Amino acid sequence: MAEATLPTAPLDRARVLQWLQTYGVYAGVAALLVVNIVITPHFLSAENFRTQAVQVAPVIIVALGMALVIGTEGVDLSVGAVMALAASVTALYLGYGLLPALLVVALFAAAVGLANGALVALVGVQPIVATLALMVGGRGLALVLLPQLKDLRNPSLASLGSGDIAGIPYLILIAAVLALLVAFVVRRTTFGRQLLAIGDSRPAAQLAGLPVRRVLILVYIASALLAAVAGVLATARLQASDPTSLGNLMELSAITAVVVGGTPLTGGRVNIGGTVAGAVLIQLLTATLIKHDLPPSWTQIAQAIVIVAAVYAARGRGKR
Amino acid sequence: MTVTKADVPVTTASNEPAGETEPVGSARSERLSALVQQHGALAVLVIVSLVASFSFDSFATGDNVSNMATSSAFLAIVALGMTFVIITGGIDLSVGSLFALGGVLAAWGSRHGTLVALLLPLLVCGLIGVVNGLLVAKSRLAPFIVTLAAMLGARGLLLAITDEGADTFLIGKGSVLAELGQGTTLGLGNPVWITLALFAAGAVVLRRTRFGQHVYAVGGNEDAAALMGAPVARTKILVYTLSGLLAGLAGALNAAWLASGVTILGNGMELEAISAVVIGGTLLTGGLGYVSGSLVGVLLLKVIQNVINQIGSLDSSYQQVVSGAFLAVVVIAQTWLGRRRQLM
Repeated sequence: MAEATLPTAPLDRARVLQWLQTYGVYAGVAALLVVNIVITPHFLSAENFRTQAVQVAPVIIVALGMALVIGTEGVDLSVGAVMALAASVTALYLGYGLLPALLVVALFAAAVGLANGALVALVGVQPIVATLALMVGGRGLALVLLPQLKDLRNPSLASLGSGDIAGIPYLILIAAVLALLVAFVVRRTTFGRQLLAIGDSRPAAQLAGLPVRRVLILVYIASALLAAVAGVLATARLQASDPTSLGNLMELSAITAVVVGGTPLTGGRVNIGGTVAGAVLIQLLTATLIKHDLPPSWTQIAQAIVIVAAVYAARGRGKR
Repeated sequence: MTVTKADVPVTTASNEPAGETEPVGSARSERLSALVQQHGALAVLVIVSLVASFSFDSFATGDNVSNMATSSAFLAIVALGMTFVIITGGIDLSVGSLFALGGVLAAWGSRHGTLVALLLPLLVCGLIGVVNGLLVAKSRLAPFIVTLAAMLGARGLLLAITDEGADTFLIGKGSVLAELGQGTTLGLGNPVWITLALFAAGAVVLRRTRFGQHVYAVGGNEDAAALMGAPVARTKILVYTLSGLLAGLAGALNAAWLASGVTILGNGMELEAISAVVIGGTLLTGGLGYVSGSLVGVLLLKVIQNVINQIGSLDSSYQQVVSGAFLAVVVIAQTWLGRRRQLM
């Protein structure tokens, strides 16, 4: 919006950087799309788009919750463990039907989120440590509940994972709806404003009489619930519960998507569109490298460079 | 600008807990809370070990203790570097990858002699530490993100060296390097002695040198430290370099112990190291911490793992549940103690 009001001054470094911060991630996605359309055979097929989108959907869903947490100047390391926990609980309760199983999953996730939020908001523990404890303990619990991979044969779960409406898979629809919902919450609701105010300055929010503790607890519950949704969807797609490896390093993918998407780690700002684009950017980057038979080592190094570049572009932004 | 920045940490630190604001305790209660913070983990370690040795015949045996000591040594060395980083208020997520990278480089280099096998991991992991430090100190990027990127990058480098994880490099039996990892002196494994020596040196550096003072000063209040003339950037670069070097060294020793460089090692090690440091009484907010505490934290984690393994009926996944719960309890206790001290 700043661009519209500014007169067309010569391009100085600050303006370029600001443009990069706001639109860099979209430009990155667009550039990767163009590059792939030109150099990757069979890239422009519905099948390929479907595959990429289905793969990125769980990351997007987890990243939405992570964006909310990061907006409060927190971080949630427990999301991968919550995904695994959701998978285990789904497998345990699927015998009673899909809906009851989902309700129990939601209860478990809410409990983890509540524990995270209570540690952060009531006890005053740093978010990284509070959620680290639940990251370790949560995956342990997932493994205690269901020690190994288990095949799930349930028609309704299977159709959740592979069904579609008018050719668009449920996974993508759910991710899109959740993204719109979270963006609405951030932009248009009191809760969203309070969340950003707390991330901007918690002491100031407290002095202003905002319900800091309640908002923080709700944010961590939201993050855990979204992670649980991602866990259930990933389980539905695999048609198996895999407590050992499901959601491994998901916390880092989600944080990366959020940060690459232009949400500063210092809190007070949340960019939902950027977060979705950030997840897509990393997915496309990985897919591009893999499709051209570049080894996984390259993918990881490229990812590392993209992360540093994105944060470098966004530095100094946020507070002050 | 400098002035406002200096104000921020102070106000958040004192205003964050919205509870009681008046200092309740006397100097004695402050001393007590400081004592608990510094030695609480040690007391718990002693109690857990005593209970375990009465409960399980196999716990307090020479074999079990020396096994626990050796397997703790590698994590302890990593935690030592992490302690320095955390005292400056930073964090280093790359240590797990650097540990694995150091091991593979040592095993690869061992065919050119022990010197290469030790210098190569130190050089590469130290360099990655320097890059971490430069990005944190000079470019002022968040340590969390910088070291996360280094974690991915180092893992990628590791895969590139090992032909995407397909190659395994072995360390020849009977070489000096193998002896360094597998040999024993006075009944304890060599890695244990090396670890003890490193911790002694670390404690001296932190408590008795100018660099150590700078580490605490930077973590306590960066802007105040800068105003008082402490070389903030240099200190930060040095702690990340140190952390990289120690992670690489730990990986090399571990490879010597296992007689091969294993690519899949070190996953989640950064979190274990952070847990150990935090349990040992070092505050993640920086400015306060103890090298000895980190050693105790590592031992406590390993003893708990060992106890859970001894309870044969318990699945090893309970280890994680117990470790997580334990970390939560310690952190809650620390936060309360720390809050009381901050309010004094």
